[in-house]
Parts: sequence; structure tokens; C-alpha cells
Amino acid sequence: SRLVQVSKNYRSVIRACMEDMHQAALSARDPALQSQYSTQVSILSAMELIWNLCEILFVEAAAAGPLMLRLLDWVRLHICDVDNMVREVLSSENPSKHELFWNVVDVFVLQGRMDEARHLLSKEASANPTSVNMYKILDDLMKKMPVPSLGNTQTLTEMELKWQHWHEECQRYLQDGTFASNSHMESICKILLGDERAILERKELMTTWYHFLVTRLLYSHPTVKPMELRLYAQMDLFLGGESSPEPLDTILMAAFEFEMHQVIKECSIALSNWWFVAHLTDLLDHCKLLQSHNLYFGSNMREFLLLEYASGLFSHHSLWQLGVDYFDHCPEYGRVYLELHIERIPLNTEQKALKVLRICEQRQMHEQVRSICKIMAMKALRNNRLGSALSWSIRAKDAAFATLISDRFLKDYCERGCFSDLDLIDNLGPSMLLSDRLTFLGKYREFHRLYGEKRFSEAAKLLLMLMTAHIAPCSFWMTLLTDALPLLEHKEVIFSAEQTYELMRCLEDLTAGKVDKQKFQQSNPTSARFQDDVETTKVEMLRLALARNLARVIVKEGTLEGS
Amino acid sequence: AMEDVCAKFVSQKISKTRWRPLPAAALQPPDLFATGSWDNEDNSISIWAVGDLGNVGLNSEYQVEPQLLCDIRHNGDVMDMQFLDQERIVVASSTGTVTVFRHHQNNQTLSANQCWEKAHYHVDQDTCCGGAACTGVICNNPEIVTVGEDGRINLFRADHKDAVRTIDNADSSTLHAVTFLRTTEILTVNSIGQLKIWDLRQQRNEPSQIFSLTGDRVPLHCVDRHPHQQHIVATGGQDGMLSIWDIRQGTMPVSLLNAHEAEVWEVHFHPSNPDHLFTCSEDGSLWHWDTSTDISEKPSFLHQGGRSTTYFSHTTTNQSVASAWLSNDPAKDRMEITNLIPNQTLSVNSLDVLGPCLVYGTDAEAIYVHKQLFA
Repeated sequence: SRLVQVSKNYRSVIRACMEDMHQAALSARDPALQSQYSTQVSILSAMELIWNLCEILFVEAAAAGPLMLRLLDWVRLHICDVDNMVREVLSSENPSKHELFWNVVDVFVLQGRMDEARHLLSKEASANPTSVNMYKILDDLMKKMPVPSLGNTQTLTEMELKWQHWHEECQRYLQDGTFASNSHMESICKILLGDERAILERKELMTTWYHFLVTRLLYSHPTVKPMELRLYAQMDLFLGGESSPEPLDTILMAAFEFEMHQVIKECSIALSNWWFVAHLTDLLDHCKLLQSHNLYFGSNMREFLLLEYASGLFSHHSLWQLGVDYFDHCPEYGRVYLELHIERIPLNTEQKALKVLRICEQRQMHEQVRSICKIMAMKALRNNRLGSALSWSIRAKDAAFATLISDRFLKDYCERGCFSDLDLIDNLGPSMLLSDRLTFLGKYREFHRLYGEKRFSEAAKLLLMLMTAHIAPCSFWMTLLTDALPLLEHKEVIFSAEQTYELMRCLEDLTAGKVDKQKFQQSNPTSARFQDDVETTKVEMLRLALARNLARVIVKEGTLEGS
Repeated sequence: AMEDVCAKFVSQKISKTRWRPLPAAALQPPDLFATGSWDNEDNSISIWAVGDLGNVGLNSEYQVEPQLLCDIRHNGDVMDMQFLDQERIVVASSTGTVTVFRHHQNNQTLSANQCWEKAHYHVDQDTCCGGAACTGVICNNPEIVTVGEDGRINLFRADHKDAVRTIDNADSSTLHAVTFLRTTEILTVNSIGQLKIWDLRQQRNEPSQIFSLTGDRVPLHCVDRHPHQQHIVATGGQDGMLSIWDIRQGTMPVSLLNAHEAEVWEVHFHPSNPDHLFTCSEDGSLWHWDTSTDISEKPSFLHQGGRSTTYFSHTTTNQSVASAWLSNDPAKDRMEITNLIPNQTLSVNSLDVLGPCLVYGTDAEAIYVHKQLFA
């Protein structure tokens, strides 16, 4: 019954849409738009009709007895063509004199609305004293008609017996010619007896074959069992071979025949949108009514339809967020589909990218997190937003990219001689540890800061550590050693003897490596020669400075030790 | 109580909701708010009225849902929005444009009054997204300050065509939000976890002060200043953390409060009851943080079941309001935290509080109005 409630919720949603569409159609000025909206309204109305029938037959699975009542409700709710006529007659001053009076009475009888029929008839009776006797009998018959009860007050067999008696009573009155003088009342009595021809005569009041079906059943087999519906459901009698069935008719017929898969298939063909079949199938699946109907790739029908529907959502500019939930509920292929679709969402702002990332992280989709962060980081890098790029690398814990960004910073420094974006480098915090290059960048900047604050010995120690601990990339060693020059040449001795030896060793390591490089530079002799010259000069200067420093420091240290 | 909340489904994802400001010394609650949408092919700015329709006889508890007064198309996602005055709204777009819209009360229409195109942009036009979004806007009539993904800060003046001042590359990362600290100073937060103060009187293009989160540089998404105690600042982070800062001292937050499980999109001190703070998040929740100390006067709705309420242990009397937010030891003060949303689904992108009213908008295409916050 919880599922019945869910089904009713779906139906009220459809009805709300219908109402909105109807309002839109009424207020639309453009006739093309108006007709479009009206078409939508009728499609939605058909959808609700189908859903309602499926709810009765499949979800609620009404048993014989209540089934009849439900079907009657269904007909009453959805056959509205006659509403105007009914309203007209009822609101007129003298209903019984209205030319459509008997039509309305017939409508009530055909829809099993006995009380309303009797009420109208009473007006006729009071206006027409001659037919009082006839009226009384008909009224009595209508009052006594046995109806299935919803509660457990009577069993089906009891009801059938009562109904049989009542049916025979009606028969007797008809055959006695009680109603012979009034053709209207006679025809009503025939309808009560379930006379097919009599019912068919009022075809235009029923408008549809399924109305006809329900009316027939009401007056010939009110205790019809669900599975017996297929025996009575047929269109030919009603349509009379003039018109061919519409898709709606085929779908409803399939429902009466309890061919659920057929219903779903026909709806899929008839409707252009997957919403209806996806949700209906999901509901039926929850009712455990669908055997796993294995399609060629092994997934079941419910999942297939939900995947189709959700994929459709992902092609929508804003409904992709809802699609995520649908994929979550597809146990077999949902995740794969989500992984494929989520990377294709266009990320036009950082905020949207963050929302997509959150979805991925919540589902441990690490590949997608990395991929999206890399896209965003590359974009930022191209726009020269180094801080943003770093922020994305941190989110993805992407050390390789952080290295890339650090190299960019270092390259900028080498070219310009100063750091850009100091606010970033000075405030890296623990994220510095994400990549070695990043750590180097932070520490190198710290060296410059210490130097600027004239904390020379600390700066010197840091500089040396950057090389000896191999935090600095080899390509940068020359720059670092060149940075050491002012410290070496400083009037105060800064580097200790030990440190100077370390520096010398670094220099030798560096130049040893450079010998191999010269061989590769044969192709471009001029610039290579120039580079060599610069390099050689630098190395010579360094050697000189180191030697001088060593000399000074030995003296200094020797002196201290002495005293 | 639940009946005080009114929901309206609007078929567009709401990125911003803002109450129209009340005239000074007004007694009645706000009756009009603006919303901005995002992620649509055609986004829009809409003006809504919530009122009692002047029906005196009507039961005051009957909630009338917000009525759409007018709307206007907006190019790009609405990234931020602020009322400049009673009639004008400044809107920040994902295209990098900043627009001033005027709401005409007499015929209930909206029109674009003024526009600064490409207020935010990337230098290299080869980028595939075609622009830098303007992520934050704040107004102090007639001044308008904007920040964006390009790390740029703009100072505009309403009705002046050109920017009064522009700081290019103010930040190497994305600036997510901006607010006024004083009339000549602004606060910005960025995507590497920094809070910066900028003095607009000075000509140098550098912040006068930089604050950072300890630990990981988690991006900060929103910032708000205490309405009376100007040294108290609150920020919301990408990891759901709410940080309270005292900008008089230190460079790190004073307290870190962990509540949300995803990005905190907006944080607001209540403008007239600053003991109350509100945050909303990508995780679908909206938290009401209450440090007012007298528990006995608490409105009963905060105790209703169905919401999660967290108490820290018990109170110290005579606790001054300021230190309630700045206390290093949350266990010493009572702070009550309530999630105002019983059925969380999609992100709550924006909220605004004014008087007894709260309005918020979600990715579930709905707007909610709460008219009796302190009933």
C-alpha cells in the first residue's frame, strides 16, 4: 500500500503538470503555441489514464469485487466529454424538461452512479404523475442493485447470489412489460440487465470502448476476476470496424490482458520521452512484478530504461544533477554510465566544476577527480593563474602537476629575476610537501626572505641544505651557487669551513656533469660557445670566491680556537 | 515550526536569494526578495513578493507562497547578487560582466540599467571557456566592488562608466567572495585559503594584511563580518569548515567549527541579531548557529524533534557577546546549532536573513521562505 501511495503521487504530479499546461494553453496568445500546449495536455491526460489503470491492475492488484469499484472510479474520472452536458442539465431550472435530460440519466446509469440517477428520476416523477408507478419500480430496482463492498462485509459468493436474484427480478419486470409505455425507462432497465445492444445504443455517451467494457461488466459480471478481464476486453464491438485502434487503445488493451511487458513496450514506442516508462517500470519492479527480462547485454528492463532516461538527463544543460541519482540506483551499469557522463559535463565556471567534483568524491570516483582537476588546472595555467592551478592540484593531490607549476614559477624567476605571486609562495603551508619541486620553491623563497631580512647565516645554511639534501633540482644548482656569491664575498665571514668544503664539492659535482653536456652542444657552436664562456666565467668566479672564503674562514676559525 | 516554511518550485536552479533591504528604522518584516538562477540556457533574475496580501482577517499562520512579480533574462550564470538600494540590484555573471538592474515598482518590471562588460577576463583569449567569471559583488551605495576568477578586484561607482580603480592580478588564485570591512577597506577570500584585507585608499596594489588557515590551504568560499564588532569575521571553506577570525590579532582563525560535509557556499551574521549566524552548503543543509547565552528564552521550535540539535556544555553567565564568537574553547560557551532542513537533497546555494525572515534557494529548483525565525 506504500507503493500505491507512491503511484498516487506520480499521478498527482502528472495532473499538476496537466493543470499548469492547461493554464499555459489558456493564457497563450500565439495560436501555434496554444495548440502545442493543448496537445501536451492531452498527452499528459492519456499518460495519467494509463498509469491509473496500471495502478489498479498491477500495483494495487485489486481483487474481484473491489476491482469493479476501482474500474468504475477510473471511468468516472477520465471520461469528461459528457461533463458539460451534465452540468447544463443539472443547473437548468427544470431539468426534467430539458431535451438532454434522459441522456444525462443514461450517463449516470452507464457509469454506475445510481444515487445521482435516482435523484434526477425523482424530478421526472414529480413532474409526471402518470408514470409514478413505473418510476417507483425502477427506482427500487436501482436502489437494490447489489454492489461489491470494499470491506469484508460480504463474500463474493454472497454477492453473486444476491446479484443473481436481483437480475432475475429486473428480468421479470422487463418481460411483464412494466416499462413498455416509456421507452427511456425500458432502455434503462435493459441496461441494468446488461443487454449489450441496449448499452451499445448509447455509444456516443460512452465515447470509448473501455467505458463500454466497464459498463458491460458492471451489469453482467460485477464480480469479474482480474484475469478474466481479457476475455471481455475487445474493441471491435464498439469501434464497429470503422476506425482502427490508436496507440492509446493498444496500450490499454495490453494492460487489460495483463501483458505488462507489452504495455511498457507500446508506451516506449508511443511516447517520445523516457520519463513515463522509466518510472512506471521502476514502480512495477518494486512491486516485484517484472521477471528479469534479459536483454542482450544482460541488464534487466528496469535498469535499461532508467539508464536511458538518466542519459537523457545528462544531455540537458541543468538536469544532469538529477541524472546522478538515477545512476546511483542502477546497480549493474549505473556507475560506469556515471563515470562516462560526468566527464562530459561542460565546466564553464569553477563553481560548477566544484559541484561535479563533489559528486565524484562522494562516490570514490578518483579517476574522474584527477581528470577534472587536471583540466581545470591546465586551464588556469594557460590563463597564468598559477595560484588557481596549484589549488586544483592540491585538491587532486596531483604531485606531478604541482611539480609542473613549481617549474613554471622557477622559470619566471629565472627570466625576471624576481618572484611573481609572492602571496602564494610565501603562504604554501603544508601543501608545500605535495611535491619536491614545490617544497624547493617554498624553501628557495624562504632563502630570499632570510637574505632580505639580513639573517645571513640562516640563509646560508638553508641554501646549502637545498643542495646537499637534493631538494633543489640539478638544473638549479648553478643559480643557487650564484646566489651564494654575495654571501661568500660578504665582508663578514658567513660560511664555515665545513660549509665551504660542501659548496666546493657541489661545484665540482656540477662541473663534472657539465663536461658531458658540451658534447651535445656541438650542433650549435656559436651560442654554445657563448654559453660555455658565460658558464666558465661563472665557475671561475665561484672557485675564486670559495677559495677566498675558505682562506678567511680558516684564519677566523683558527684564531677562535687559539684563544 | 514547519508550517512557517513555505516552498515554491520554480523550474530553475537558484544560485542567489537576497532580501530587498528595509528602509532605516522600518518595523515591518521584509516583503520582497530577488533570486538569480544558474545552469540554464536562459538564466533570469526574478523579483518575488511575500506578504500577507493585506488580508487582516486571514489567519496569520497561513503561509502564502511567494508570488512572482517580474523577471528578466540574464546572460550567464548568476554568480552573486546584491541590492544597491531599494530599486537597484547589482548582479555578477559567469561571463565576467557586472550588471545593475532596476526594479520599477509602478509597473512591476525589471530593466538593465547599467553594465560593465568584461569586468573580469583572462588575458589570454584562447581559453575554451571564453572568460573569467565574476564571483563576488558587494555594494555600499554608490560604490560597488567586484572580484573574480581572474584574481582581479574592481571598484565601480554606480552611474560611472569606467571603473574607479582596478587591481589586476590582486591574487594569483581565484577570489571567491568580497565584503566590506570598513567603508574604505574590503575583505577577500580566495581558493588557497587566504583572507586578505585591502585598503582602497592606498594606491599600492597589495593587501594590507594576509590571514591564512592553518594546515591545508583549503579554499574559502564566503566571508561575512560581524555587523557591530568589526574585528570578528566568519568564513566558510570547501571542506565544510566554518572559521571565525579576529583580525585584530594573529594571522590564523580563532575558532574552527566543523559542521558541513561539503562546500560552505554562504555565511551570514544576522544583521540585527548578530548572536545568530547562518551557513548553507553543497551538502544540502542550512545551519543556524546561535550563541545567545540565555537558553531559557529560546524559542520552542528549536527543540522540536526531527532536527538535529547539538549542544556544547553549559553556560557561563555574563558572557559578553563578542567573546562568545571568539572563544577558543567552544566547550565553555553554549552554542546551539540547528539544521533547518529536515529532508536534505541537493545543494543549498544561497541564503539571506533580515528581521524574522529567512529565504534560501537550492539546486532542487526550489525557493524556501521562513517567516518566523525567532518565533
